[in-house]
Amino acid sequence: MEVPVLKQGPFLIATVQAALTDEDLVHLRRAMVERVVIARSLGVIIDVTAMDIMDSFASRTLREVAQMIRLRGAETVIVGIQPEVAFAMVQLGITLEGVVTALDLEEGLNYLKQKFNSSA
Amino acid sequence: MAKETERLERPTAWHETLDRGASLEGTAVLLRELVAHLRENRTQLREEWARRITEAKLLTAMSKDEIFAEATAVYDQYVEALETGTFEALQAYARSLSERIIPRGVETHEVVGIVLLLRDVLARSLFAKYQADFTKLDRILDAYEPAANRIANTVAVGFVQERERVIRQQQEAIRELSTPVLQVRERLLILPIIGVIDPQRARQLTEQLLRGIRTNRAKVVVIDITGVAAMDATVANHLVQTVEASRLLGATVIVTGLSPEIAQTLVTIGVDLGKMNTVGDLQGGIEQAERLLGYKVVPIGAAS
Repeated sequence: MEVPVLKQGPFLIATVQAALTDEDLVHLRRAMVERVVIARSLGVIIDVTAMDIMDSFASRTLREVAQMIRLRGAETVIVGIQPEVAFAMVQLGITLEGVVTALDLEEGLNYLKQKFNSSA
Repeated sequence: MAKETERLERPTAWHETLDRGASLEGTAVLLRELVAHLRENRTQLREEWARRITEAKLLTAMSKDEIFAEATAVYDQYVEALETGTFEALQAYARSLSERIIPRGVETHEVVGIVLLLRDVLARSLFAKYQADFTKLDRILDAYEPAANRIANTVAVGFVQERERVIRQQQEAIRELSTPVLQVRERLLILPIIGVIDPQRARQLTEQLLRGIRTNRAKVVVIDITGVAAMDATVANHLVQTVEASRLLGATVIVTGLSPEIAQTLVTIGVDLGKMNTVGDLQGGIEQAERLLGYKVVPIGAAS
């Protein structure tokens, strides 16, 4: 299951449509990290609203994506984590430390816009 | 004794298993005779019973007339249960009676006490009637006692069940009341926690808060624990997890009103304080939340 990545102005938006296998996640990581420079994006949003399970591999991969994208000069926001998923994650000790999170796509876009407007 | 318990446990129609020495008809006839006797002396026995209740200082929450009215109803139900050998009507009555008297503070020992008194009053009247014929008295008591025990049991169990139902209902009500998630401004929620937090309540609080963040699209949450006196390590860890889970939903949590004892607990268990945003009191917490959201509150006169 490939994750579609849309370009929206200076931002890239990846919307996860269904549960992802480990392979899909690795593919997503490579695709995002490659495209962020090709598209000259300032920020990346990964929407995980459709994910009802977030295991340790998935969250570690998401965290790596965020760190790698930072090294490539852009900012990452993870949006749409479900309440049940969030609590299950913290109970497993997964807190996505150092990664910016937001309620949904709209909030994530607001965050990025604010960040780049104020610095521009 | 074993024989009697066995009889008590049978669902209905204990007539049939009674006193295996006597014929079935014998027992049925005896019970009919017994019922007739109780009907005949209804007024007198009932009054005797009500008098004994008052004497024993039971049901002090109720007036004399009320006691008498209830005594009449119970007496009739009692006789009927003896006659028919079925307890459904009595059970239903015991439940409705309990519903009426529990709010008035009637205790379990009082209810058991009055039923046992009735059993006593009736047994005495049987002694008085059959004292000349000892064999017959023996057989009458054989028929009467298992049934009377069963009746006492039914009433007491009915009362206790009703009480438990009330307690459950109240627990449910307290649980729902205890965790309001309130919106004080656009995108700002407060969660005032008061009282003891046990693990179950903590879990419920978290669920409600996370759901509240989603439905109100909250950005900042102030959790006020001024009303929480103490917190054990499990609950403290749960609080930290709640803060982290809220962050995953994109909301910032500010915890206010930590008492010295709770501060001590958090430090002792070594909670990572970097993750906790704490402010001394609720007012300070709300002010900081407003700053985070970009609000500025000024007195009307000072507005430029």
